[in-house]
Amino acid sequence: MKLLALVDCDNFYASCERVFRPDLKKTPIVVLSNNDGCVIARSKEAKVMGIKMGVPWFQVKKKYLAQGGKVFSSNFPLYGDLSKRVMNILHGMVKRIEIYSIDEAFLDLQHIQNTNQAHEFGVYCRNTIRQWVGIPVRIGIAPTKTLTKVASHIAKNVNGGTGVCCLSNQKDISHILKTLPIREIWGVGHNLSRQLNQLGIYSAYELVQMDTRFIRKNFSVVLERTVRELRGESCIQIDDHSEPKKQIIVSRSFRSRIENLSTLKPLISNFAVRAGEKLRQEKQKCSQVSVFISTSRFNKQLQYRGFDSFQLPCPVDDTRSILMGANKVLNTIFRKGYPYAKAGILLNQFSHPAFIQKSLFAATDQQHLKQDANLMQTIDGLNGTQTQVYYASQYPTGLLPIQKEMVSPKYTTNWWELPTTK
Amino acid sequence: MTINYLGSISANDLPATFTKFFVEPVSVGFPSPANDYLESPIDLNQYLIKNGAATFLVRVSGDSMLDANIADQAILIVDRSLKPKHGSIVVASLDGDFVCKRLQLKPRLCLRPENSKYKPIYIQHGQDLDIMGTVTAAINKFE
Repeated sequence: MKLLALVDCDNFYASCERVFRPDLKKTPIVVLSNNDGCVIARSKEAKVMGIKMGVPWFQVKKKYLAQGGKVFSSNFPLYGDLSKRVMNILHGMVKRIEIYSIDEAFLDLQHIQNTNQAHEFGVYCRNTIRQWVGIPVRIGIAPTKTLTKVASHIAKNVNGGTGVCCLSNQKDISHILKTLPIREIWGVGHNLSRQLNQLGIYSAYELVQMDTRFIRKNFSVVLERTVRELRGESCIQIDDHSEPKKQIIVSRSFRSRIENLSTLKPLISNFAVRAGEKLRQEKQKCSQVSVFISTSRFNKQLQYRGFDSFQLPCPVDDTRSILMGANKVLNTIFRKGYPYAKAGILLNQFSHPAFIQKSLFAATDQQHLKQDANLMQTIDGLNGTQTQVYYASQYPTGLLPIQKEMVSPKYTTNWWELPTTK
Repeated sequence: MTINYLGSISANDLPATFTKFFVEPVSVGFPSPANDYLESPIDLNQYLIKNGAATFLVRVSGDSMLDANIADQAILIVDRSLKPKHGSIVVASLDGDFVCKRLQLKPRLCLRPENSKYKPIYIQHGQDLDIMGTVTAAINKFE
């Protein structure tokens, strides 16, 4: 039998914060988004306290801290390093792996013959990661990706279990699908589950009983695929070579509200410069630059969201063109009198630098293109060092002075922030 | 005392990533006779780290392990994948603090310093002890 596994780190960011803080073994932990805006990760204890995912920090701060909870600003250098370690361990255990996100990976268990072996492998894998990196994971094993998600869900909810759940015989699967509400299924969102509820379908089991032709006709092939996967028919393969990115987004929430165009403009320029750097790292060129600005969703009186795009005459990776496009869009979408809380830039319509359609009017003189590329390379090189080069429209402060008041040390990536013995 | 000369290292910092240097585009003169014999420069990571995914660096504060050649401010290479044995030097968390000591399992569980100025720490019932990992090397810098 062909089996797949989903390895999913428990409350990943919160668990990372614990690796070098053994004193916080039993303390509730929450991690906040950039600028300390919202809660983006919670330890088990914080969940028990009723802290919801995505809740604005200011709403829960007082009560949470009074109850002895500990809070951290996000420390992505640490999370990224620990994630890489977990993925490297998994790479060493199986031939094919798909890194699905910073804290999840699908494994192809082609070397495994039966359920017992699979379960043993799951326990071994979990213990190894726990011992070597200090991160707790749960493992769902099943014949299809969608079912591994179900198995992982069960591994999480079974209290005091091994953190490993193997779903392979049809009887067990049916039994579990009967108790699984459809909104818990991978790929079934809020709207879809409401539509299905209207048809009288509440459990995954009821969904699986439906005619696939009816589903394809009235919903989508995507949902049909989900149903087939829940029946044990593998439709979504392990994707072990990652696709190149199709868009780049740089966006931030502001610490305080911004009303003036003159204050907003340099910030957008900072985003544009960062997006340009990312674009060149990806070795892509983009043809469209979009900008969005919006007020806070908590300000019910004054709400405005502006979004527009600028089409470039030919694909570029030159920050100066991106800045030009971004500023044009900002001027058209900006409305006076609104307290803006968030803004961002999006680059898309990528084309590979080797296949560029040349514009009739744009300068495509090889000499100039080469000079422009050299300039960008030089600036990227300098900005990677102590010396910083800024474009005239930028704020010379870096991306945005992010508020991170409660950030933990970069324990694994900085010589001066290593953990220290007492 | 014998000294083995292993080779020269140009970088100032420890585990530096060394760049491979190829002398490919030779436009004038005689091609370097070393071209066919290029080897990677000596890499301290390779020497010091067996299992990268499980290895963490920890800085020492204090001189309680001086007799084990671990000075104040030394950098410890800590491998979490090695099972600590009786006599291993370990980094442990004791009641929430990291400490570096020699682990003694018999006759009584104890964390033993390597400096007569300090007393062994016998683990009392109810004390919270976790071994983070085994210390496989220590780097003392002199300049």
